[in-house]
Amino acid sequence: MEDIPTVKLRGLTGPQLEALSRKRVWSLKPHELLAIRNYFKKQRRDPTGAEMETLAQTWSEHCKHKTFTSPIVYREGKKRRRIKNLLAETIMKATREVKTSLCLSVFKDNAGVIAFDKDWALAYKVETHNHPCAIEPYGGAQTGVGGVIRDILGAGRGAKPILNTDVFCFASPDLNQNLPEGVLHPRRILKSVVAGVRDYGNRMGIPTAGGALWFDPGYVYNPLVFCGSLGLLPRKAVEKKVCVGDRIVAVGGRTGRDGIHGATFSSEALDVSSDVSAVQIGHAIAQKKMLDVLLQARDGGFYRSVTDCGAGGFSSAIGELAASCGARVYLEKALLKYEGLKPWEIWLSESQERMVLAVPSEKVRKILDLFSSEDVEAVVLGEFTSTGRLEVFYAGQPIVNLEMKFLHHGLPRKEQSATWSPPKKSNKPQSLGSKLQARVRLYQNLSDWNTCSREWIIRQYDHEVQGATLVKPLQGQDGPGDACVLWPLGAMLSQESRVKNRESEARDSQLTTRNSQLSYRGIAVAHGINPEYGKKDPAAMAEACVDEALRNLVCVGADLDQSALLDNFCWGDTSDPRQMGYLVRAALGCYRAAKIFKVPFISGKDSLNNVYQDSLGNRHSIPGTLLISAVGIVPDVRRALTMNFKGPGNSVYLVGETKMLAVPRVQVSARDVMRALSHAIQGGWVLSCHDLSEGGLAVTLSEMAFAGGYGVEIHLKDENMLFSEDLTRFLVEVSPEKEEKFARAMKGCVFSRLGVTLATPVVRVRGAGGDCILEEPLADLKAAWQKPFMNLMEPKKQSYEAQNSYS
Amino acid sequence: MKPKILILKAAGTNCDAETALAFHLLEACPIRAHINKFFSGRDSMLRYDILVLPGGFSYGDDVAAGKILANQLRSFREFGEFVDSGRPVLGICNGFQVLVKTGVLPESPSKRQTATLTFNDSGKFECRWVKLKTNRSSPCLFTKGLPEFIELPIAHGEGKFVAESDQVLENLRVAGGVALQYEGFNPNGSVESIAGITNSRGNCLGLMPHPERFLTPWHHPSRKQDPVGLEFFRNALEYVK
Repeated sequence: MEDIPTVKLRGLTGPQLEALSRKRVWSLKPHELLAIRNYFKKQRRDPTGAEMETLAQTWSEHCKHKTFTSPIVYREGKKRRRIKNLLAETIMKATREVKTSLCLSVFKDNAGVIAFDKDWALAYKVETHNHPCAIEPYGGAQTGVGGVIRDILGAGRGAKPILNTDVFCFASPDLNQNLPEGVLHPRRILKSVVAGVRDYGNRMGIPTAGGALWFDPGYVYNPLVFCGSLGLLPRKAVEKKVCVGDRIVAVGGRTGRDGIHGATFSSEALDVSSDVSAVQIGHAIAQKKMLDVLLQARDGGFYRSVTDCGAGGFSSAIGELAASCGARVYLEKALLKYEGLKPWEIWLSESQERMVLAVPSEKVRKILDLFSSEDVEAVVLGEFTSTGRLEVFYAGQPIVNLEMKFLHHGLPRKEQSATWSPPKKSNKPQSLGSKLQARVRLYQNLSDWNTCSREWIIRQYDHEVQGATLVKPLQGQDGPGDACVLWPLGAMLSQESRVKNRESEARDSQLTTRNSQLSYRGIAVAHGINPEYGKKDPAAMAEACVDEALRNLVCVGADLDQSALLDNFCWGDTSDPRQMGYLVRAALGCYRAAKIFKVPFISGKDSLNNVYQDSLGNRHSIPGTLLISAVGIVPDVRRALTMNFKGPGNSVYLVGETKMLAVPRVQVSARDVMRALSHAIQGGWVLSCHDLSEGGLAVTLSEMAFAGGYGVEIHLKDENMLFSEDLTRFLVEVSPEKEEKFARAMKGCVFSRLGVTLATPVVRVRGAGGDCILEEPLADLKAAWQKPFMNLMEPKKQSYEAQNSYS
Repeated sequence: MKPKILILKAAGTNCDAETALAFHLLEACPIRAHINKFFSGRDSMLRYDILVLPGGFSYGDDVAAGKILANQLRSFREFGEFVDSGRPVLGICNGFQVLVKTGVLPESPSKRQTATLTFNDSGKFECRWVKLKTNRSSPCLFTKGLPEFIELPIAHGEGKFVAESDQVLENLRVAGGVALQYEGFNPNGSVESIAGITNSRGNCLGLMPHPERFLTPWHHPSRKQDPVGLEFFRNALEYVK
């Protein structure tokens, strides 16, 4: 046994510390290094290598979100504002002020948890996996999906994942430009990331039925990959705790040398030397096996708490679980993929498909037997103690002995500065121009990478596994759905008879004997993303994203008052005060929108330093990007809606006000509009509904028409309305006999009848004078919309099979 | 007597919950059990009346889809006895792949594998609803009484049915073994648009489409069609009643 190496930290100066930090990939900031050095000076010893690694991982931007939680001095023009904690003063503040009984566990567990019904809860989490996907897109995407699924398995005492979502931001896949060494072409990244999400999600048996795509040249060096997962758990399993004396049990995959330094790696800028070995290797079936047994163990009451091994591996998982008590760990007990790992490597490894449980000592035998009955490895690594210390041994030798207090609360905070100067341009309406331009612009919009059909991707994901996807991502004749709707009855059945307890038996038999009283409660999930607005005003971007995500929920029949939001900030170089100013501004926008809609944030994550340093030393930041994910309860899935026109002779209404702002903002009336429409949909007075987003009315009209196979004719008072992107607007199809009820439900809101659906397959728009300003056949519009991906990915194909014609 | 239904699980099985839901909606109570339970002798397949091999990626579809589970089952006496006893056996998607690779389907005197399900012509995994034609002269107990044309979703990367020889296809045709064919659009390039096959007794059906994903009218893309998927399970329950 070799001696445990120590790091001679106490004698080092600031610059020497920084050099060492760079060499060892600790990613620690100068003031943090000094705090650590001073701490060990007081302890009268030097830290071990493993202690330094533990601190570096725990204090990394990835794990601690330092930027969002450290003080900021924010300047906007002449105004100056001190922000102590950006997260607490914007996003979390909104949740606190919205006050809803929906939230069961927010901003503390591995995922945000809201109520589904009186017995069940939903856990939702969205994470990014950007750096790994930049250098190894297939593996990076797989572990991105795998990691967020484990967050759901580790939410409360474990939730069953019932939906995966994926959102990508790439440069255009038809990019024609020479790229520097080490930078992968966006087309290659897109194909590999889709394959990774597909192979992991499909094998896990979790439908991937929601997502978004955004293309911008700014992502060429730093692609963004967001992976989300939604889980269902009994409300009784939301609370988790660790008791002194509980055993630390590691389950799932074995530990290897893959993914060392993932947390610190992802907190740094990328460059040509970025190391592929920092990316973990995923194995979906190993995780599926673990999932199956874990949920049985949960229902059997075999453990008290659980968390996943993500960034930082055992060090973070055990460090977190034991934060309020203490832990003693015997690393030699860990099961290894192969021999030769150093103790600190076992401690830090980010090998996938592993979870850590807190098991009462009398249940240890039972849980080990249960896991082995389905060929899943489980091993006792140590126990939770009352010492307030994290003590790690390897073959009798101590390799870590840290105070929990220092580990979790010793991080020194540093003030950051942020500035924002409003753009000079006024918020003027755009004008349309001639008739020819309307036509050209519509076709351009339909074929835009940010609008066009994503069918090539969607069909590769099994979006209907678990048999719960009642509203699918492609609707009617392959039109673009606003959101998916799930009916999670199957997921409520208990896992297996083996550990069935009385409660779960009663639950199951309720399903069988009371079919006539089945619950038709469902869930909708949607997204909002638009970095383009962020270039003009990040606050407007945040509002637009919240609006879009909630709009999409309302379209399919969700209840706005039972909806919740998640935020994911992906930013560039936040050491630049201007970038930091953008970030503050976006967070303020989130607060304003959440307050207007009275919808809480329940979870969030940030990925900063999405910067690429080229060989000349130039730093390229991504456009500040905010993803808003929304989850809402659908009171009755039988009333859920799809976006395709349902037949000829129905009235077409525009709901919401068109102000023709260049940078749209959420109006105070937005909540009332959405609630009224929500009510009309739940009342059953609407046939189809689709929101207006990028490309405005013209695109929405075309999509609803070609998805339904029915034409439409509308009259506009002002032709400029065709392309305006104002928020909180919907196009709605109502049958003549329901119009009165619909109008009554919408009373007090801005809405107007634009026209009527037709049997003729054509989109016709008439202007103020009654003259036709647009008349296009549906086939042409649809072809334009489907063309970009088809030409790129399946150039031999002439058109997509038209075998799916449902109305 | 309530029928005993076994939904067999292995590592990577993932359509067991919705398959169980199908039976639950018909007021039956299926058991979802891991295959190790039978290998270790803690339970016996022969105790059950209906066996379902649900969809998923058994053992990650390593080697080839369903191959490893098929090898395990082929050498497992109870499984062979169950099939031979004439009790209903339903293999959905990955379960179909398993039945083909065990040599149970298509039926052959030597009980060896005479066909396969291989990569889709499109070269990729595809999830979509398809139109199907049922064979009304097939002895298949699961498709009894179904309309001639039905719709179900598919979701697979290896669903192209290919037979070893024309003789195998001819035997299938003669015995009414082709229970389901894709109508119009063939999503994977299957020979003769084959989507599901049965044995001569009709107790054993393997199919690529997922009947367990069409249990209510709202499962259908139009959200208003009779849930024909449920009928497969109802037929099995009727048969053993």
